[in-house]
Amino acid sequence: MLKLTDVSVKYGSFTAVHDINIEVNAGEIVVLLGSNGAGKSTTFRTISGLNRPAAGELVFEGNKLNRRPADQIVQMGIGQCPEGRKLFPAMSVEENLRMGAFVHRRKRDQIKHSLEHVYELFPILKEKRHDAAGSLSGGQQQMVAIGRALMSKPKLMLLDEPSVGLAPLVVEQMFETIQKINKEGTTILLAEQNANAALKIADKGYVFENGTIVLEGTSAELFANDEVRKAYIGA
Amino acid sequence: MTNVLKQRNVVIILILFALAFPMMTSNTYMIHVMTLSFIWMIGVYGLNLLAGYTGYLSLAHAGFFAIGAYSLGLLTVKAQMNFWLALVLALVITCSIGLVVGAIALRTKEHFFAIYTLCLGYIIYLVIDKWDSLTEGVRGLIGIPAPAPIGPITFETEKAHYYFVLFFLLLVVLIMYRIVHSLSGRTYIAIRNSEDLAQTIGISTKTNKLTVFVLSTFFAGLSGALYASFVRFIGPDIGSTNIVFDLLTYLLVGGIGTLSGPIVGTLLIVWLSQLLQDFQQYRMLIFGPALTLLIIFAPRGIVGAVATWNMNRKLKKYPNNQARSGRSRNDSLVKSEIVPEKQVKEG
Repeated sequence: MLKLTDVSVKYGSFTAVHDINIEVNAGEIVVLLGSNGAGKSTTFRTISGLNRPAAGELVFEGNKLNRRPADQIVQMGIGQCPEGRKLFPAMSVEENLRMGAFVHRRKRDQIKHSLEHVYELFPILKEKRHDAAGSLSGGQQQMVAIGRALMSKPKLMLLDEPSVGLAPLVVEQMFETIQKINKEGTTILLAEQNANAALKIADKGYVFENGTIVLEGTSAELFANDEVRKAYIGA
Repeated sequence: MTNVLKQRNVVIILILFALAFPMMTSNTYMIHVMTLSFIWMIGVYGLNLLAGYTGYLSLAHAGFFAIGAYSLGLLTVKAQMNFWLALVLALVITCSIGLVVGAIALRTKEHFFAIYTLCLGYIIYLVIDKWDSLTEGVRGLIGIPAPAPIGPITFETEKAHYYFVLFFLLLVVLIMYRIVHSLSGRTYIAIRNSEDLAQTIGISTKTNKLTVFVLSTFFAGLSGALYASFVRFIGPDIGSTNIVFDLLTYLLVGGIGTLSGPIVGTLLIVWLSQLLQDFQQYRMLIFGPALTLLIIFAPRGIVGAVATWNMNRKLKKYPNNQARSGRSRNDSLVKSEIVPEKQVKEG
């Protein structure tokens, strides 16, 4: 579905991501592991069109993504849920969600339907739909961010560190929901530092270090790998 | 619900007051000042849409104001065109120039955009000032006609002209209301929030920013054209940077990014300067510090401060209401966003 071949990304003369190869098949949950600054977010920004690759090729369902503007990439079916639960704080929860359906803005019935679906996944959001998004707790804001990404009806959803700054119990619920979204037919590419939780739901993973992929494998393989255990699971 | 009713009542009272104003005074000078402030308001709304809602502080608006004014002036005086045709053409000319200029200017962001547009405004001023053969340069354009009569309605008297401008002001406010409360309005606010984020939900920031830019030059051009037909004389001074900072002051005092801010700010400052006319050269001694204090303590201007005060009062009444506490919290978020724009102005 999505294939990155020898992709490098530069900020000025600094190479943030170097020669990475990633493949995501339809229906999978794929996780990118790595510490801060390893290049996960840069990879995401490149897939969603906010950064341009310096070299390599990005292909989504047979179409090259390299020079496409970000809004077209959303239209092609890649929805992004950015890092740090970025919302529109002055807008209400429902307005935030509706903004997520921007590419479908003329299809009113579909928007209504998607909205119901998001409220089904996150019932608390229905309760708070008229509240300003900035007033919600961290976990609820993350729900809004994921819900907003869902509103664009993506084929592939990019989730950048959904667990960051959340309580362990909330993290668990969040991953359950991500799994549920995946089972409903959305392919998921996930960036995480919480390897334990992420590998439990993922099909396969890539480990980033200093801008390159140092390890890849199925989640069972990675889970069993000593280095991964030492670095990310702490056991 | 009661709030909506209240708001509606206030709007109705304001419109009635505006309609009745010329009957309440026989002093044509007061009507003259009021008409002028209405004209400024239209320009301030243009600036508000771009700087307040989309987050792009354009300092070229005096230039577009002048383009609108000169287009109308030249078409009616030199080309002897009918007023209404000239008005439409003046708006078309302003928007076309806005489209070309915007496409280039919007490649820059934040402070760079403000500086770029400041230079641009100055270039427009220079062109008008130096292009003697077309614009008459410093001599200015004299004898711009009043709006041509529609059937039995003529616009020769101050009162008639007052209603003529009021009509356009109400139209502009209505358009602004519709824009701000539509998906487009929220799209612009999304761009102000974060352009990256706006892009990742599928908003084409390029086209949207260009649309706002052209729309705001439309308002600036309209205000300029109305000015030309009202004052009947225009010089290159109307394109000077002083004018854009006047407009910006009205906007900041009233409340940037608010719907009623332009009205409140313009009325207050225009009438204050009238009252303080005796102190001509000392006026700025009062205005300067007052403006600085306002920006420190009420970054969203008078309208923003009143809204926050209202919110806090409600919060005291219903301390458990999450929704309201939320709104006041994100008010401060909005404030912090707007602060950099102020710094540009001061610097």
